[in-house]
Formats: sequence, structure tokens, C-alpha cells
Amino acid sequence: MLKDTDRIFTNLYGLHDWRLPAALKRGAYDGVKGFIEKGRDWIIEEVKKSGMRGRGGAGFPTGLKWSFMPKEVGERPHYLVVNADESEPGTCKDREILRHDPHLLIEGMILAGRAMLAHTAFIYFRGEFIHERKVFEAAVREAYDARILGRDTIFGWDFDIVVHHGAGAYICGEETALIESIEGKKGQPRLKPPFPANVGLYGCPTTVNNVESIAATGEILRRGGEWFASLGKPNNTGTKLFCISGHVERPCVVEEEMGITFRELIETHCGGIRGGWDNLKAVIPGGSSVRCVPAEQIIDCPMTFDDLQKLGSGLGTAGVIVMDKSTDIIKAIARLAYFYKHESCGQCTPCREGTGWMWRVLERMVEGRAEQREIDLLFEVSKEIEGHTICALGDAAAWPVQGLITHFRDEIEARIDEFTARADAEGSMVAAMEQAAAQ
Amino acid sequence: MPKLIVDGKEIEVPDGTTLMQACEMAGAEIPRFCYHERLSIAGNCRMCLVEVKGAPKPMASCALSVNDLRPGPNGEPPEVFTDSEVTRKARRGVMEFLLINHPLDCPICDQGGECDLQDQAMGYGSGISRFCEPKRAVEDRYISPLVKTVMTRCIKCTRCVRFIADVAGIGDLGAIGRGENIEITTYLDASLETELQGNIVDLCPVGALTSAPYAFHARPWELRKTETIDVMDAMGSNIRVDAKFDRILRIQPRLHEDINEEWVSDKTRHVWDGLASRRLDRPWIRENGKLREATWDEAFARIHEAFPKDEPGRAAAIAGDLVAAEEAFALKRLMEALGVASVDCRPAHVPLGETGGRAGYLFNATIAGIDEADAILLIGADPRYEASVLNTRIYRAWFDRDVPVGLIGKTIDSPYEYTHIGETPDKLLELAAGNGEFFNVLKDAKRPLIILGMGALMRPDARAIWSAAARLAQECGAVGAEWNGFSILHVAAGLVGALDAGCLPGEGGRDTAGIIEGAKEGEISFVWLLSADEIDVSALGEAFVVYQGSHGDAGAHRADVVLPGAAYTEKDVTYVNMEGRPQMTCRAVLPPGEAREDWAILRRASEELGVPLDFNTMGELRAKLFEAAPGLAHLDAVEKADPAGIAAIAALEGDVADRVPLESPVADFWLTNPVARASRIMNEMSRLRAEARAGREAAE
Repeated sequence: MLKDTDRIFTNLYGLHDWRLPAALKRGAYDGVKGFIEKGRDWIIEEVKKSGMRGRGGAGFPTGLKWSFMPKEVGERPHYLVVNADESEPGTCKDREILRHDPHLLIEGMILAGRAMLAHTAFIYFRGEFIHERKVFEAAVREAYDARILGRDTIFGWDFDIVVHHGAGAYICGEETALIESIEGKKGQPRLKPPFPANVGLYGCPTTVNNVESIAATGEILRRGGEWFASLGKPNNTGTKLFCISGHVERPCVVEEEMGITFRELIETHCGGIRGGWDNLKAVIPGGSSVRCVPAEQIIDCPMTFDDLQKLGSGLGTAGVIVMDKSTDIIKAIARLAYFYKHESCGQCTPCREGTGWMWRVLERMVEGRAEQREIDLLFEVSKEIEGHTICALGDAAAWPVQGLITHFRDEIEARIDEFTARADAEGSMVAAMEQAAAQ
Repeated sequence: MPKLIVDGKEIEVPDGTTLMQACEMAGAEIPRFCYHERLSIAGNCRMCLVEVKGAPKPMASCALSVNDLRPGPNGEPPEVFTDSEVTRKARRGVMEFLLINHPLDCPICDQGGECDLQDQAMGYGSGISRFCEPKRAVEDRYISPLVKTVMTRCIKCTRCVRFIADVAGIGDLGAIGRGENIEITTYLDASLETELQGNIVDLCPVGALTSAPYAFHARPWELRKTETIDVMDAMGSNIRVDAKFDRILRIQPRLHEDINEEWVSDKTRHVWDGLASRRLDRPWIRENGKLREATWDEAFARIHEAFPKDEPGRAAAIAGDLVAAEEAFALKRLMEALGVASVDCRPAHVPLGETGGRAGYLFNATIAGIDEADAILLIGADPRYEASVLNTRIYRAWFDRDVPVGLIGKTIDSPYEYTHIGETPDKLLELAAGNGEFFNVLKDAKRPLIILGMGALMRPDARAIWSAAARLAQECGAVGAEWNGFSILHVAAGLVGALDAGCLPGEGGRDTAGIIEGAKEGEISFVWLLSADEIDVSALGEAFVVYQGSHGDAGAHRADVVLPGAAYTEKDVTYVNMEGRPQMTCRAVLPPGEAREDWAILRRASEELGVPLDFNTMGELRAKLFEAAPGLAHLDAVEKADPAGIAAIAALEGDVADRVPLESPVADFWLTNPVARASRIMNEMSRLRAEARAGREAAE
């Protein structure tokens, strides 16, 4: 279990005040002036050393991402964009940071801005995050008043934060769709390359980071990259916010060390599985966009990017969705398929057409009103979507379905058999009645 | 020059080439729907996916630059497979997705037979459908009277959206909704406000957007296709005329990089029904104040009677806007033979051709030259209505290269923003004297372009304006050996050819204004109108009027003898566009009834009037024409005019009427010539446009 002294998010549960004086007491903004003076290369080096991988789901090394920004500001200004469009089903970690520790995020934005030579940061809020946005805006006002933000700041780095509130589209969490949305266009992902680090917001070099990655930056610099790297497992370092939902005794958001096993995570923080470990059916370990993992495979698996990938799944956003044996797994995945069908932006063909197709087939499979061969068809359709789309939403839509078929094919088959048996009975009854009428 | 290996074949391509282009250079065919050479890249159909060695997933080849491909581990060139299992599987998948919600109603679809989806489904589609859910149906949207929508067929490639935004330069069309509910529409079903909307029908790879006037008229394989030239404006757009039996049913653009690229205006495209209505298909003569049908012999007998043989000075001829070079030349020759000096090809009373040679009346910068211009000044011109396709180049210059555009004249409704210098010609004098901010803009530009519209030349003070524009061109460095930016924006398709052919008043002859004045005063007693409908025919007084032309328009109503001629789709003649580029039309259908080609009518008239001309065939006529104007023999070549002529124009004297604003001559885009005025579609468009304007004004 993570030691309390190693926690980055010390007000995760809102037990203390989020406002500036309280945040300062907790250590926010401590040493920022010094870090800014040490300069761009030092910050990037320190973050690289920490080994932090992006907390938004894809797990791309944060320091490396920052280093892709041009080394000098040319004709176009640099921008930092913070992705607070947390819409992944099962994920609610950024929400807690925005509500209870907004100054940690502002501090991280200033430091990240320094690292990528940006004087302006945009933050894109999920449409439903109204309270969170209000808290954050209040925190930004405090920061301006305290000359933490604005011109001529106490840290010596001019910095502005622009708050942008989305309208509630999942796709706007995709970095280029998010950029389009800030620009006032329809939230549709852009083609890559060019990547945002070359051509991003308003055509300027831009880096888009998750809230958690940015908010952790200040503490990483204060304690040093080595400290962060000493936690967790190699290539999967540091602490991470886990959001555990579903059939556990006490669903929660908790900061834990990477590499903690699933069993320990649930036992320590969630009071165990509802109905005991034998009652566990499956887990979606990384938010809805990864393949589900059956109980026996996940129980002792360390929660890291690499270990979960080996299981054909992923850590994603660490939104752990736990399902016990009362779960109708087909219905659960069908619901996710509906989500992706609903949230597809409609720009490119495979996702636009394929997500609806998968959902419709799954809806029938929930009832069992399908043919056995359609299971293979469904799998093929998911494969036709995967990897053929502009952004990762196509993959995200395909993986849950693939997970279902890989691990719970027998259940679908049984459901279909059950239905066709019933249908046969109905059918023969109709036939018998017809015969009777003829006589 | 990056190297890459396509299907085992190593090629070297220029920097910035897309992977799709590179594959095509290597001889591999890449299917596509959303990609179009002239539009921005969307990469959304995913049909062009190819396998790239080392990449985790297939890449959209339309959007990927070869410079972004990474070399192999040992520095070997990147390798691309266009026919591998991965590629084929990706294409099959995309094709399946495109077809699952497509209605497959090809038998009742106008696109059938020329449909990209149909063609590519043959190559990459599966013979059977695995989709057994209910298909999606989409409500049809009203986007324009010219474009019929069947939105269920739409595959959301967004070519139409990108055309309207990137080329037409307006933001009227877009996609609403998301996921499978995405729909292409205008805002609140408003009609598209552009004269180029017909092009989205060509761009649509499926039958979602089809031509409304052409709906259910014919199948593509029933049509006889003729490649010819358009005369609706002075650009000389290259078109293809599709006819079924003797009826023209469709006009489509043809590729010409230096003129219309692959667009045409809606007038060019939809005027075809005007070619079959209100046609003059037999001679008419006036008896007791009324026109009656007659034979050719009767008609020529009347002309013979009426022609003032002893006083040829009392006779005159005017050639109209749509007259071809050969015809204008033949008219001039006929009148010369008869001793008539009063011949003019400028029904619009413009001074062009009087002095300065060809440089004085050509669009010297050439149409393609707009892409090089770095400052543009419009004088009394509204290119959107005078040459809609040319306007797209101005828009592109402004949008892509931030080229400043200035305007002297009444404000115009254009897709680009412009600096409004003023309405009246005194502003031009100011610029020509080297004053004013925009003068410096032009002066600083390397290739300034000065576009002088017909609106500035159809005025009593035209010579002074013409001269001032020439002076300005000289002052700001627009006239040089390499670059000549002094450009006249013509609106009449035939004018440059007629000027080249020398169809101007002879020694002591009158020009158009003089002829009309003379007819009113009774000094002119015989006027031959060769398709001239744009003059004030009611002002011709007591004169005996011969009208020769294709449509029963203003001229025919005033005429004493009507001789039926051929329209531009019914003869092989030469038109010279505004840049001085001769191009030849090609006959698509025969003239109706007893109508004849105009040169032949003029030849017979010479016989009847006792002065037989020295040519018996079109070939002989053309040979004479080429002797007089050798440049016309070089089809599709622009013979640059000698810029020295501009100095002669600059030296002209005269005062400008400084209180009268400059204004485009095109008051109603849809009804600028007899063919358009005869077209039901054009009249309908004109009515709708007027209604929309009235509605807007009422709302304001």
C-alpha cells in the first residue's frame, strides 16, 4: 500500500479546503520559482527521469511528449492544452482533482507551460463538469489575484489560462477533436500527421495532456524524478489514481502505487468483491475502451500498463469496472457498444457504420435472437473497424466486443441456443395449429 | 526526393507527394471516395488504406506525405503494399461498411452507370450482404433548386462540403449530427448562394446529389458526348455536351487547367433547355406589320429589295455577343463587298479595339496568371457574376496567399474580403496619379493585376477610364515584358474573336452608337443584326432590320426579315476567350428545322446581293480568316499581346463623369444572353433569386 507521505493528491477527497491558502499549506506552488529558473531542459529531463506515462489512457511517456515541442518559439506561439474532458465510462479521477485540488493543476500547467515554452494554456472541460469548472475558475481567479498567473508573476513566467467548456461529446476527449472544438469547429479528430506538436491549436505547436499527468508534475519536480521512478514497477512508475466502480463493497477513487495487484487494490480500498472473490466474473481494468478480463486472469495481475497489455487488455485510465456473477456480460458490453455508437463522430466510414452494426447485433444477442455464425461475423466486423479509423474511437469500440467474444463466447452461444430452442417450440406450436386448422 | 518501394518497385518522387500519388506514379491503382485533387484532404472514407511496412495499422494514403514515412531499420526506403492481404482486407471492410446502409437503388438512380460506388463495389465489394439489420433512411434536404438530394445514398465523403467551402468560398453547406445520424445539409434548408453549385453534382461519388433539371431524362450510356466550348461567359470554359437523339440533355465541365480547371458555372451547366426552346427554325418576314413564316428565297428576295444598293452608307451591321470569329469575319467581308463601312461587333458601346491593339482588349494576365498575381484591383467588375469560375481563382489567391483585393465601383457580394476604395471613377484617377493607399499596395506587389470590367467601359466616359486604368497599370509596374497585369474582364464570348477578326467600322463608318443614332434619325435605313440582341432594338427607328440568329429574342421581334441561325452547340466555329485563346466548338446536334450555320447564311446573302464572297466552305473561310488574323490558327494557345499598346491607351484624353458610380453590367446573372433567356431553368433561377433578395430586403 502506498505510504501517505508518497501521496501526490493530498486532498483527493475534499476533506480540506481547495482554496489557495489551504493549497499553499499543503505545499502547492512550493519551489515553482526555482523550477522555472532551472529552465525547460531541466524540467523535461526530470519528468523523463520520473518515467511517468500519460494518465489519459494511451500511456505515452509524458516527458518525451513534451520534448517533441519545438525547442524555440518561432513565429507561432506554443500552447498547452489540458484535457479535462473526462468522459470514459468508469473513469472519475480528474473530476476529483478539479474539485478538490485545482491549484495542483494550475501549478502543473505553469510548469508544463515553462517546459514547452507556452505562455498560454487552454483547459477543456467536459460538458457535464459544471461544478468542477466553477471551482477551477474560482481557483484561476485566486491565482491571478495572487500574481501566480497573468503578466509579471511572482514566478517570473507570464502565464494565462483559458477555460473552455465543452458540450458533452465523448469524442472531444480525443486530442485533435478537442483542438477542433476549442477552435469552435465540430469536434472531429484530425488526420495525423501532422501531429499537434507541429500543427495544433490554431495551427500552432500544441501539446495536449491529461489533468492527472499535469497535476502530478509539481510534486515530481519537488521530490525529483527519481522519487517518482522509485515507486511502481520499471516502465510503469509512480502513483496512479484508480477509480474502482461496480460490484465491490465500497467503490472509490484512490491513489495507489502502480503495480499493485488487483486483489490488493480491491481488498485494501474497496472492502472486497461483493459476495466474495468467488463471485467475481470479469473486470474491465482501464475504462470502457479496453477488453474485459475474466476473473481468474486478473485477480493476481499487477495493475500496470504492460502487465494488463499481456492479458490483451490495458490499464487505460485505470477506471476499473468490476463485474460479479450477477452481471449479464452480454448486456453490459451491448450497453458499451451503444455508447460508442452514440458517441462516434461520424467522420470516417468504419466507425460510423460499424459501431451501429455491432450494437444492433449485440442487442439481439442479449436476447439470444441471433445465429451462431453471427458471433464470428461480429468479431470480423470489430476487426474491420479496428485500426482502420482516423482516431482511436474505432479501436475503443471494437475492443470491448472482442473481449466479450474471446472470453465469454460460450455464454453467447448458450443464450442463442436457449432462444432458438424456445423459438423452435413456438414454431412447432404454430405449425401444429396450422395443421389443425387445415383439417 | 524521397525514395520508396511500392509493391516491390522502387521509385523516387518529389517532396510533398502524397502516398496515393506516389502509388499511382508506380502504377498501382488506389480506390478512393473522399479524395479529390482540387479539394482539401479529408481522409474520411478510408477506402485508400494501404499497408506500410512497419506501421501498426494500414494508413490512409491520400493524407500521408511520403516525407512522413519512416525508413526501415537499416535505412532502406519505406515499403508500401497496395495489394497485400492487409490492404485488401481493409478495403473490403470499408466497402462493406459503405454498402450496408446504402439503399442499392441503382436502377432508379440517376448516377447509375457513372457512379464511383458502383464501379468500386465491382472491384472491392462482396457479392452478398452480411448485414441483416434495418437499413438507415435519411430525410432528403432541400439545398438548391438545381441539386436534387437523395440523402439515404450519401456516404458522407464531404466532397460537396469542401467544394462549397474551399472553392466557392462560402460556408453554406455542412454536416450536422454525428455518428450514423450525420447529415449533409444547409443551415435550415436554405438554398445555396453560389453560382457554382452544379459542380457538387459532379463531385458527388454516389447518387446523393444529382442534377435536378436532368432528373430521369436519360442514362449515361444513351448519351452522345461532344467535347466543345461554352459561350455563357467570356472564359471559354471547356465543356462536354451530352445529347440523346437531337436533344441536348446535359452539359458538364471538361478539364482545362488554364481556364476552368474542372468547374463550370450554373449558367453554363443548366442552360441546355434554352437550346431547344424559342428557337428560330425557319425564315420569317414582316408583312402588314406582322411576322409570317417564309421560305429562304422569299426572305432573301425581301433583303435584296430593301438593301440600299446605291447608297451603301445608309446600311449597317452589328454583330452580337455570341458571334464566332469566322462569322464576324464573314459579316465584315460581306459588308466590305457591299461597300458598307458601318460594321461593329461591340453591341455594348465599348471603345475596345479602337487603339492599343490586342493588349488593349485582352485579359493580358491570363486566367491562370491570377494564381501568380500578388495584388488585385477590380475596376467596375463583379467577377462572381461576370465570370464565376474565374472568381474562384481570385478567392483562392485571397484565401491561400493573402493577396489583397481592392475594388473601385459599387460594392459586390463576393466570397473574399476586399478594400473598397470608392464607387466613382475619380478614385481611379487618384490611383493613376500615384495617390492613395492601394496604389502602394499595387506598387509593392511583384505581379499586380488590374481587372477592368465591362461596367467601366460601357459608359460615355469609357475612354477616360480605360486610359486611367492603363496609366495606373504603367505606374504601378503592372506592365512589363514578363508580366502584363492590365486585364479586361469580358462578359461576351464572341467579342475578342470578333475584334481579332477585325469586325470594326471601316473608313468613315459608324460604331454601334452611331448606327443606332443614325437609324433613329433616318440616316441609316438598313441594319443587319447578327445575333445582336443586347442593343436597344426599339431605337432603330424606321430602318429595315434583318435579324440573323438562333433565338426569338429582342432582335427577332423588331426584325423585318428573320434568318434562322445555329446555336453554339450546333456548329464548328472558333471562339476566342478573354485571354485571347482561340478554341473551337464542336457540333453536338444539328440546327433545328431550316436553320443553317451562320457563315453559310452570310455566304448566300452575298450571292443574292450580287457580291459573291470568295469562299465556299468553312475551310476556305477559315483560311481567309487566318490570313487576316494568324494568331487564331493556333488553337488553345495564348498569343501574348504586345504591351506597347497600353501606352497608346494611357495617352488617350477625356474627362470622367466623377459622380456616376461604376457598376457591373450583369444585372441578372441568369439572363445575360438569348439562350439563357429562352431557358425555363434560367428564368426560374432568376425569379427565385429575385424573390430571395426581395425577402431579405423586406426582412432588413
